[in-house]
Amino acid sequence: MGDLVREVDVAVVGGGPGGYSAAFRCAELGLETVVIDLEKRLGGACLFEGCIPSKALLHVAAVLSEAERAKEFGVDFGEPRISLDPLRKWKSERVIGKLARGLAGVAKGKSVEVIGGRATFEDSRSIRVTGDEPQKITFKHAIVATGSSPATLPGLDVTSERLMDSTAALEVPEIPGRLLVIGGGYIGLELGQVYAALGSAVTVVEMLDSLLAGADADLVQHLARRCQKQFAAIKLGTRVTGLRDTGGGIEARLGDGAPETFDRALVAVGRRPNTPGLGLETTRARVSERGFVQVDERGRTADSHVWAVGDVTGEPMLAHRAMRQGKVVAEAIAGRPVAFDNVVVPAVVFTDPEVAWCGLTEAQAAREGRAVNVAKFQWAASGRAATLGRSDGLTKLIADPDTGRVLGVGIVGPGAGELIAEGALAVETALLAEDVALTIHTHPTLSETLMEAAETLLR
Amino acid sequence: MARPFVLPDLGEGLTEAEIRQVHVREGDVVAEDAPLLEVETDKATVEIPSPMAGRIEKLHVQPGQSVKVGQVLVEFGDAGAPAGKQAADTLDPTRKLASEPKTVIEGGRARQAASEPAGTRAEATPAGARGAGPVPATPSTRRLARELGVDLHAVSGSGPGGRVTDDDVRAAANGGSSRGGAPAAERAPAPAGRPSEPPAVAKPLARVGVEPPPLPKFEQWGPIERQPLSHLRRTIAERMTLSATLIPHVTHFDRADITDLDALIRRNLESAKGRGVTLTLTAFLLKAAALSLVEHPTFNASLDPAAGELIVKRYVHLGVAVAAERGLIVPVMRHIDKKPIIEIARELGELARRVREGKATLDDLRGGTFTITNIGALGGTGAIPIINYPEVAILGVARGREEAVVRGGQIVPRLLLPLSLTFDHRVADGADGARFATAIVQRLEQPDSLLLGL
Repeated sequence: MGDLVREVDVAVVGGGPGGYSAAFRCAELGLETVVIDLEKRLGGACLFEGCIPSKALLHVAAVLSEAERAKEFGVDFGEPRISLDPLRKWKSERVIGKLARGLAGVAKGKSVEVIGGRATFEDSRSIRVTGDEPQKITFKHAIVATGSSPATLPGLDVTSERLMDSTAALEVPEIPGRLLVIGGGYIGLELGQVYAALGSAVTVVEMLDSLLAGADADLVQHLARRCQKQFAAIKLGTRVTGLRDTGGGIEARLGDGAPETFDRALVAVGRRPNTPGLGLETTRARVSERGFVQVDERGRTADSHVWAVGDVTGEPMLAHRAMRQGKVVAEAIAGRPVAFDNVVVPAVVFTDPEVAWCGLTEAQAAREGRAVNVAKFQWAASGRAATLGRSDGLTKLIADPDTGRVLGVGIVGPGAGELIAEGALAVETALLAEDVALTIHTHPTLSETLMEAAETLLR
Repeated sequence: MARPFVLPDLGEGLTEAEIRQVHVREGDVVAEDAPLLEVETDKATVEIPSPMAGRIEKLHVQPGQSVKVGQVLVEFGDAGAPAGKQAADTLDPTRKLASEPKTVIEGGRARQAASEPAGTRAEATPAGARGAGPVPATPSTRRLARELGVDLHAVSGSGPGGRVTDDDVRAAANGGSSRGGAPAAERAPAPAGRPSEPPAVAKPLARVGVEPPPLPKFEQWGPIERQPLSHLRRTIAERMTLSATLIPHVTHFDRADITDLDALIRRNLESAKGRGVTLTLTAFLLKAAALSLVEHPTFNASLDPAAGELIVKRYVHLGVAVAAERGLIVPVMRHIDKKPIIEIARELGELARRVREGKATLDDLRGGTFTITNIGALGGTGAIPIINYPEVAILGVARGREEAVVRGGQIVPRLLLPLSLTFDHRVADGADGARFATAIVQRLEQPDSLLLGL
């Protein structure tokens, strides 16, 4: 029996943000494009088990904490009653479902076909699809956009329903009385705050000596202070040395301490690239020891027909980086002179308060022995922050001492994730601190803090 | 399948180069980054490394030949394993030779540091964490640069904080391509007696404006010898033709009494030497011209006839014509208006040394806004230089002489320096030129003003 063979210009493996951005742009540029996705859907981890569901839950957490705080100014809503079924339904149908239908509609409009199944490279020009729609696809170019999955805890091989990864935790199977969060990075802190707001007693354990390693300490400080109030315990510089399901709960040994029992544990120790089983060894593409597909500045692998975008190409594993990479690769395939030459990939942690930064950080400048001017503006002096009752914020601007050029911006505080956009624009377009200072910012808003910080550099 | 390798973008907006040496033969197996050939551009000699490991299937060029960016140099056979860093059906012509070209002229033989090609990085690092730091430019400008094949690292930015603007990129793309397309060259017999130099090849100069009439047959009057022009000579010839043909030149003459300045230099010669600096008249000339240019910005400009605009430069970078062994070279010194004389003298000494040793970099040779040519050392009473296109003016300086001058009814010996200011009559008129020249003369006659930066 002969194979069903399909010939296309571009085969995109994986329907996440990197994959669909590449596919849509390819289609716009007149290339016949298909997307092969395990679940036959567009959106990937970002839409179904990452950015979007976590932000939906964080919004719920924010409403709960605002309602609680309202007592301060004389408004009492009473104790909240949380029903998980409507919450899950709202998240999966009104939020995720709506966006997924939107993406499917765009794909249809651009004539990008989504094929369901597992894709395996057979050589530099063909892919075999197994699963519901088995077929062989020959391509002129393939784009690997298979993303990443939650990493498991090395050395602790436990399988238990009580042990969740971020994907499972976003399903909110229950509100555990005591939750252990393993990992004090952005995923652990975001989900830890969600569960704390829903009523869990949350313990965060982090191997390193600080939360959010990589972000500047003065930004993290504001978040850490709030976490200390919300969480039952934060154990830094502590390893999980033992973990087992006792039938009635998860028994964990943290560092040298006595075993503690939790109702559930969330493992949030990073993500690893989805390259195993892809068959990339049948092409000339190279994969690093850590499993990342190696690409050049245009996103091309060592195989001239195989490209890669997104988490599978390395850090930072962020959807917005993948989306830009996807567009670059599509245009490169179409023969345009492009490269992923972006200066900044802004990072946002959607905790309360939010932490966001872009470009050069103070810590990085110190590490590289690079002289910088740093301007800080504490939100205690912001009128808008006072009206929100949230003065626990800081905006800082890192500038080149010779030219005054903005090299980096870091913000902590409610809404930092939105405010960082101006910082990203400033760094990406090589603006001077003077440009930021001389631009009128709306009063009273938190965006003024950027202008205020920039002004201190002019004196 | 053969894989052609084309002349990569050499940066600087250079569009063609002359092959000086070919280091490989057909059938050779070369390693990645091994030297393939050496090309000479308008500005420097550059070594082209192999983009990959492989066997040379076919050689498309030979020494003396002129090649354009994008033209096939060699074809690699399939035998060699692709060198991971660059694997494609066509080795990418848009690829930059180096992310940061470091071309150094070494005694006439230059090599381009084979820096890391735009190839696979071990793992994508977060942009913004790059060590060397990105070139300050907006994303749309960066896109324009890619479209025009301009290496942003080779462009100096005129925007705030050194930001590279669209205009900078367009200028870089146009620079060096002012010559029309020269037709294919005819080989000429190599001149004997210079074994180290690859043979120069005769080829017509690019034409500007008027078609030159055919030359008479000189042989009818006696024996002749035909000597091909070197690449540098041809470049100079073409540039001078361009300038003399396009620009209506007008020259203003004057003389500066530099008796006091000369005494000042002599008084401080030793103490400057103690700080490792040779104090020369040229350093003072540079300062006098720079300060006068700030006052008279019309002469620190370029005419854009297509736009009908005068592009006034808000920076003062002065070119100093130097007679080097290979021919005329004009290294550029930056921000002279803002630097103290002693610093100018020190930089001038270093630059002269670099040029003499053939170690001037591309950066040393570009970006000038005005040129000074001092022919005093070679004698003469004056000269009318040709403007260094696309600048507006050039200052010619001859040898200072003691002359009898009447002062208060007395005849006294004074040291007079003959100057000639040649400028573009499209941009300025005689009165403007006279005022600008007078400003320079007055500064030279009152050296205090130079020391004070007035």
